[in-house]
Amino acid sequence: MSGARSEWPLWEVFVRGRRGLSHTHAGSLHAPDAQMALRNARDLYTRRNEGVSLWVVPSAQITASSPDEKDPFFAPSADKPYRHPTFYEVPEGVENL
Amino acid sequence: MSTAARPDGPGTMAALALGDDALILAQRLGEWAGHAPELEEEVALANIALDLLGQARTLLTLSGDEDELAFRREERDFRNVQLVEQPNGDFAHTIARQLYFSTYQELLYGQLAGGTEPLSALAAKAVKECAYHRDHAEQWTLRLGDGTEESHRRMQTALDALWRYTGELFRPVEGLDVAWDTLEDTWRASVTGIVTQATLTPPEGPQAAPWAAGAGRQGVHTEPFGRLLAEMQHLHRSHPGASW
Repeated sequence: MSGARSEWPLWEVFVRGRRGLSHTHAGSLHAPDAQMALRNARDLYTRRNEGVSLWVVPSAQITASSPDEKDPFFAPSADKPYRHPTFYEVPEGVENL
Repeated sequence: MSTAARPDGPGTMAALALGDDALILAQRLGEWAGHAPELEEEVALANIALDLLGQARTLLTLSGDEDELAFRREERDFRNVQLVEQPNGDFAHTIARQLYFSTYQELLYGQLAGGTEPLSALAAKAVKECAYHRDHAEQWTLRLGDGTEESHRRMQTALDALWRYTGELFRPVEGLDVAWDTLEDTWRASVTGIVTQATLTPPEGPQAAPWAAGAGRQGVHTEPFGRLLAEMQHLHRSHPGASW
């Protein structure tokens, strides 16, 4: 196994906690292929009744924003309160907004 | 001489046999903790071991005091099949043992789930666990068999080596209302199917060792069982009633 050990690719795990919620990133793991990644995810992330559905995604397939791009990407949104829907009154009786 | 409870009656003897299967296999799988080839696989094996331990606790409690039964009995009083006490060996041996046993256990519990209380309740819950254990073993059998030249060779060696312990699985257990012939046929078809799909050769030959003077269900065990028992029981025997 010494050769194979470093070859198992990394997978990102997404768990749906219950019906109606979206899948949320739970962590990552190593597995030789997608089917085994799904099973490892079941054993690592749902053994305490955390989920009803699992996704596994090859980590290599995720394109992430770079820390160097943090300011151009995110800073412009910090000072534009008019983008938040806070300038109208919520009608009475609307509970879940 | 052990002072442990000596359960009798076909019902409790059957629960004891199934409970010992689960207890001893849990102990064996637990030996992988800290030694498994990959962290993820270690957790998977520990998970299976804990499922089995849960089954064992329920089943032994049906037969008497679970701690007395697990920690105070002598080797000849254990009723597990010899298959589950076989050493972990290399990973392929562990997977072969899992394939043979979890396929059997799922079919057995599947039948018992439609039977009578109190075993039917336990069986109905445990059969889902067993299905996952079987899937785990099948996935690895396929990958090792159809993997590298070395993994193929090791998997074939393991399947052949443990084959002699599979005959005992289908000997009727008193107190269990099970169609043993059907169980064996279905088991053989299932195991053969996976083994063939994994490009491996289904073992031929006798399903019992020629020297076997009985079997685990009669309390006759193989040499490695003594060491397993010593490790499992020494703490309780050194410090009776210890807890944390």
